[in-house]
Amino acid sequence: MNFLNGIAVLLVYQLLGTVIVMLLGLKIPGPVVGMIFLFISLLFMRRIPYYLSFTSSNLLSHLSLLFIPAGVGVVTHLQRIGSEWFPIVSTLFISTLVSMAVTAWVMQRVLHFMQRRDKS
Amino acid sequence: MMDSELANIWVYLSASPLMGLTVTIIAYLSGMRLHVWSKSNALVNPVALAILLIIGYLFITNTSFDVYFEGAQFVHFLLGPATIAFAIPLYQQLEKLKKIWIPLTISVVIGVATGALTSVGLAWLLGASHETLMSLAPKSMTTPIAMGVSAQLGGLPSLTAVLVISTGIVGAVMGTKLFELMHIEDDSVKGVAMGLNAHGIGTARAFQISPEMGAFSGLGMALMAFSGPILIPWLLSLF
Repeated sequence: MNFLNGIAVLLVYQLLGTVIVMLLGLKIPGPVVGMIFLFISLLFMRRIPYYLSFTSSNLLSHLSLLFIPAGVGVVTHLQRIGSEWFPIVSTLFISTLVSMAVTAWVMQRVLHFMQRRDKS
Repeated sequence: MMDSELANIWVYLSASPLMGLTVTIIAYLSGMRLHVWSKSNALVNPVALAILLIIGYLFITNTSFDVYFEGAQFVHFLLGPATIAFAIPLYQQLEKLKKIWIPLTISVVIGVATGALTSVGLAWLLGASHETLMSLAPKSMTTPIAMGVSAQLGGLPSLTAVLVISTGIVGAVMGTKLFELMHIEDDSVKGVAMGLNAHGIGTARAFQISPEMGAFSGLGMALMAFSGPILIPWLLSLF
């Protein structure tokens, strides 16, 4: 029953998010809105019901399985990748490394700044 | 006699959803097995292996992607509920979140902006098409959410899925070396930077280094999942 209860709650929030996005014409995926609502609900409840943590940890522990079908869809884009491989591959490497370096540097700076301020 | 019966069964099976679903799950389990055998080497990514196995199967059996997807869609559908489920690990990190929310917020906003703008900007300079640019923009988010954002932006969700997985592998493999070169030792900094940029694949790598770094990476990934879909479409609309 735990799994069914959990999946029912997740589906209801997904439905809620999808309806809101469609009604308001938002540019955010429906499930993301559903996730924000579930997070807010948890803040109000101040605890996570067991069936929900049970279902979510089961679902998230095999998250990578869920994106395989979409990944296989790359076969429908082979031509595009063939003609645009250079911008795609360089972007993957350069952008990921630059963005990772910038994020780490900024966070380290801010943490240092706050520690120094706390001491003084 | 026997041969034609087998052939009939094969014709029936190859067009039924049962085949696509079974192949997906078996390919995933094989990918996981190979990953474990490689001693969890980040380069031997289970998802990339599973995708290659299935593409091989499609070529050998001459099955079209549409026929395969009729079965695989049952797995694909669960991406929605899985996205909702991200609220739970984020809530579990609430105490940590409260303690360092100022540096976190600043890093998240800057991380989301640098990731999206450098990828779209660089790919644009190198002459990528509009669909490719929009498929690259959400590359640092966890796959289910990146695919949703890509669809909203006018990208190609299945191309995004592959780009996201590749980003995760690049980040997981090169991230630790990068932090070493930058002389960053704080697990919270390394974890957040890893999770923000290399989502679940980076988080799996972070957990191998230390549980502390793994937890912060999970936090970074969840924060990216929250703020990316709101910030990225808005940022791109400025251009």
